[in-house]
Amino acid sequence: MADYLFLAGKKITNRLFIGTGKFPNQLMVKKVLEKSRAEVVTVALRRVDLTSKEDNILDYIPKDCHLMINTSGARDASEAVRIARLAKASGCGNWIKLEVIADNKYLLPDNLETLKAAEKLAQEGFAVFPYISPDLSLAKRLVKAGCAAVMPLGSSIGSKRGIKTAELIKIMIQEVPSPIIVDAGIGWPSDASYCMEIGCAAVLVNTAIATAKNPIEMAKAFSLAVQAGRLAYFNSTKSSAEFASASSPLTGFLRTKA
Amino acid sequence: MRIKINGKEEILDKSISLQQLLVKKGLDKKRVVIELDLKIIPEQDLANTLIQEDDSIEIINFVGGG
Repeated sequence: MADYLFLAGKKITNRLFIGTGKFPNQLMVKKVLEKSRAEVVTVALRRVDLTSKEDNILDYIPKDCHLMINTSGARDASEAVRIARLAKASGCGNWIKLEVIADNKYLLPDNLETLKAAEKLAQEGFAVFPYISPDLSLAKRLVKAGCAAVMPLGSSIGSKRGIKTAELIKIMIQEVPSPIIVDAGIGWPSDASYCMEIGCAAVLVNTAIATAKNPIEMAKAFSLAVQAGRLAYFNSTKSSAEFASASSPLTGFLRTKA
Repeated sequence: MRIKINGKEEILDKSISLQQLLVKKGLDKKRVVIELDLKIIPEQDLANTLIQEDDSIEIINFVGGG
């Protein structure tokens, strides 16, 4: 049976979303996206560098990829809304990965400003994917405001420290009526697999793939991990025990003494 | 004519349209988004929007990002 993820009216098969920052070059972005068959890809918006003749990143993103445009650089809700409107004006869709970050040390999101921006953008018809520090009340408010999903961080952006916020993410998966997509801090394929095993709808990975020795192979590893985790999620009994339970029969032992 | 483009001051000899500015900078209007004094200018209006003294223009494009 097909296992689709329905997000903002789009049917998605590949639950590994890939960020396009930090790659050694733009051609590698293209190769990774093609080989991994990524369907959802993030990009950023910046001032054109008028001194450089670099190609446009869009030329290296397969046409059938769906863009999720981040509002990186936004320090408050008004800046995030401004960036989102610029993104929409580009004609590249209305999926916005809402990032509002004023903290330059840990790049942790400002949850309050994120909520303000999300409410505004959802009203304007954007498909809003807010990046947040895991907070159950906030997540519920974001869903109520009309966000398409919620994207809690695993750990700081670019840190590859793994899923340090696991317990809070598990609670969100149980209690928030929305896809939960972990973003930031995923360092290893096992992190991605873990997210899927506990019930995340998808994961977004950038640094761990882009900065790998071989980003194409690493993207493959992540793809396999996401699939493995998803299969395990469906087929696990989700129980663990305090004591051992033998895996081999407890009769017919070969004994010299009783 | 003194204007700002992407935060930097520039001098223009005369008023030109935003479309002409993009041509001058070697930019494809389909690959950028333009803001003039914090107002987004749609592609179809670039040719008939003239730059004026003290205008602040942002020329934005997509880059790789997570």
